[in-house]
Amino acid sequence: MIKAILIFNNHGKPRLSKFYEHYTEDTEQQIIRETFHLVSKRDENVCNFLEGGMLIGGSDNKLIYRHYATLYFVFCVDSSESELGILDLIQVFVETLDKCFENVCELDLIFHVDKVHNILAEMVMGGMVLETNMNEIITQVDAQNKMEKSEAGIAGAPARAVSAVKNMNLPEMPKNINIGDISIKVPNLPSFK
Amino acid sequence: MSPSVCLQEMIRVIRGARTQGEERGVIQRECAAIRAQFRQADSGGRSHNLAKLLYVHMLGYPAHFGQMECVRLIASSKYSEKRIGYLGAMMLLDEKQDASLLITNSIKNDLSHSSQHVQSLALCTLACMGSAEMCRDLAPEIERLLKASNSYIKKKAALCAVHIVRKIPELGEMFTPSAHSLLSEKNHGVLHGAVILITELCERNPDNLKQFRKSVPELVQIMKNLVTSGYSPEHNVAGISDPFLQVRILRLLRILGRNNDAASDAMNDLLAQVYSTSKSITTGISFPFHSIHSIYGLYTLYMVKRIGTFLLIIEFSYISMTSLQKIVQTDHTAVQRHRGTIVDCLKDQDASVKRRALELSLALVSAANIRSMMKELLLFLSTCPPELRSHAASGIFNAAERYAPSQRWHIDTILHVLVTAGGDVRDETVPNLIQLITAASELHCYTVHKLYRALISDIVQQSLVQVACWCIGEYGDLLLKGECEEITPMQVTEDDVLDALETVLQSHMSTPTSRGFALTAIMKLSTRITNNVDRIRSVVSIYGSCIDVELQQRAVEYNALFKKYDHMRYFTMSYCTVILEFGCRSRLSLVLGY
Repeated sequence: MIKAILIFNNHGKPRLSKFYEHYTEDTEQQIIRETFHLVSKRDENVCNFLEGGMLIGGSDNKLIYRHYATLYFVFCVDSSESELGILDLIQVFVETLDKCFENVCELDLIFHVDKVHNILAEMVMGGMVLETNMNEIITQVDAQNKMEKSEAGIAGAPARAVSAVKNMNLPEMPKNINIGDISIKVPNLPSFK
Repeated sequence: MSPSVCLQEMIRVIRGARTQGEERGVIQRECAAIRAQFRQADSGGRSHNLAKLLYVHMLGYPAHFGQMECVRLIASSKYSEKRIGYLGAMMLLDEKQDASLLITNSIKNDLSHSSQHVQSLALCTLACMGSAEMCRDLAPEIERLLKASNSYIKKKAALCAVHIVRKIPELGEMFTPSAHSLLSEKNHGVLHGAVILITELCERNPDNLKQFRKSVPELVQIMKNLVTSGYSPEHNVAGISDPFLQVRILRLLRILGRNNDAASDAMNDLLAQVYSTSKSITTGISFPFHSIHSIYGLYTLYMVKRIGTFLLIIEFSYISMTSLQKIVQTDHTAVQRHRGTIVDCLKDQDASVKRRALELSLALVSAANIRSMMKELLLFLSTCPPELRSHAASGIFNAAERYAPSQRWHIDTILHVLVTAGGDVRDETVPNLIQLITAASELHCYTVHKLYRALISDIVQQSLVQVACWCIGEYGDLLLKGECEEITPMQVTEDDVLDALETVLQSHMSTPTSRGFALTAIMKLSTRITNNVDRIRSVVSIYGSCIDVELQQRAVEYNALFKKYDHMRYFTMSYCTVILEFGCRSRLSLVLGY
């Protein structure tokens, strides 16, 4: 079972934290700090598996992490999960994020945390792996987003479009549009009987 | 900042804060605004407010006042509000909160909603934070959904069922028939969920094993299809068709085939086929390991050979050692052939790999290889990271006790460990070592010379100091005699010995226990030496007014021995045959009558 999924940057600021077991808020923050502390000490060429800290799960707990540019993706799992399988899963997760956000970068994760949660909810549910097929995940996420947009109406449109429509000054628009004198040759149609 | 500003705007403002204090101020203002908004029950922008609250929660600030808002949003009819409400429920609510019971009804309604997306939201939340009561109420709904026609819902319902079984194992019977039928699905997601459900049912209740053994042919067929199928782009990871599903099925087969010949036979051909396809390392990585795990009952030697080659690659050395650890209890000899590689892993830079290598090396020690292994382990002890030291030291002691080829070797090993890592050994090491030395009577001379040498070079390691003092006290006459067969003796005078012991007594590095040992040793020497009895007498009387109570008591007793009971001195201070830590003193108490 996956106990927690954490994404934080090179300075330890959390970008996503999802816990599949209940902990108090203080414990959650402590776990994030402890995990960052353990993971940031690792060299680049050592293996991606760590025995975890004592706070989350005790002795049965492993941390499996991947480091991409400025972000660490850390999955805290217990012994029933396959370590290499989870590494593959992290890869699929990142590729899905890349597809959904078009060349994802840290800023995307910062400003669209809720979207990242929605994508993650299609992959991991209740601490168990739900779906690993990238296309399937993206199809579902797109369908859900469409549903949200259709409900939102004008409020869901991008801000600039909304303000443009609001600023459109309808009374000022000319009523008589003079397009000049165009002589249009009307063909001589026979009368219909 | 206007109250209904969107999430992005708030994040921008928070990131603009330059200090921690400024950030806290921004967030406090924002939370106050959100709280006011919640109280107003204003319908516009509710989902934005909750989204902002969840972001603030992730940063670590309290957000419990959002719980009721989650309940309200879940009950709303708009999808966007439901979505953020359920997300909030997963992050802020848990079984201990009363608010979680309030959403049970909403979840029930949503499970029968016409839109599959709403159903999936409800299933997801139930699987993440469903309490035992909620699970009990909603289990029939989940069972119904397992038979739904929509595979998207089916796979989510399967995982939800796993959560329910974990919370309330008795309800597992409800899901057993549906679990069977799910195996005939084509959709990989559903199959995956079904296999996890069956694994959970079998692990919780051994009776289910009998039932699900009937499914072994079906599982084998699914695996065969996956292994022999052509290239399928959607499930393909590094050339293997859906390795996640294959690994799950293999794990389930391992559970079903354990201790059951009939089921194992059914799996034989398949596993041989799977094993042969996993031969090349480059295609897929997790897959070969699980195939190996599963077939270990049948193909031990091949498998262990394969693992050996994996050991050489850094990513895999950790995993292969974990697998070998599980095998070494049952099949010791097969793992022995990789001893060389494992011992090399002890020198690896990676701390996780070192830890695994240490455990495996300790498990591989046997009478045949004890000398070479001990050399490696002692080398490891001198360079290992501090967190592994005490584990390594106790492992070495256990191994030495079981397989020591000679007493001298045993004593040497323990001394070496004390010199290298004396601070990390357990407390009973000292009396154990003393007992060992006493038992090895022909080595007394050798031991006392060695310990004396160690003592004069360094008195930092307290366990070593204690053993050395005791030994010098007991066998001081052998030390002073200056002849020894096994080791070139140093020429030691009585003054040298007393100097060494007094250094221990006076050093600020010595613990009170060590000082006690040193004082007793000095006292014992009074019967072994001839010239410096006065020096001993003066030392003992000085400590009669020492601050440390324990030391003072000893010194006073010894003083009394000198003054009033000099005739008893030889008796009480003679060779210890009773191996108590304070053996001499107990005899003394007998004599002095208290």
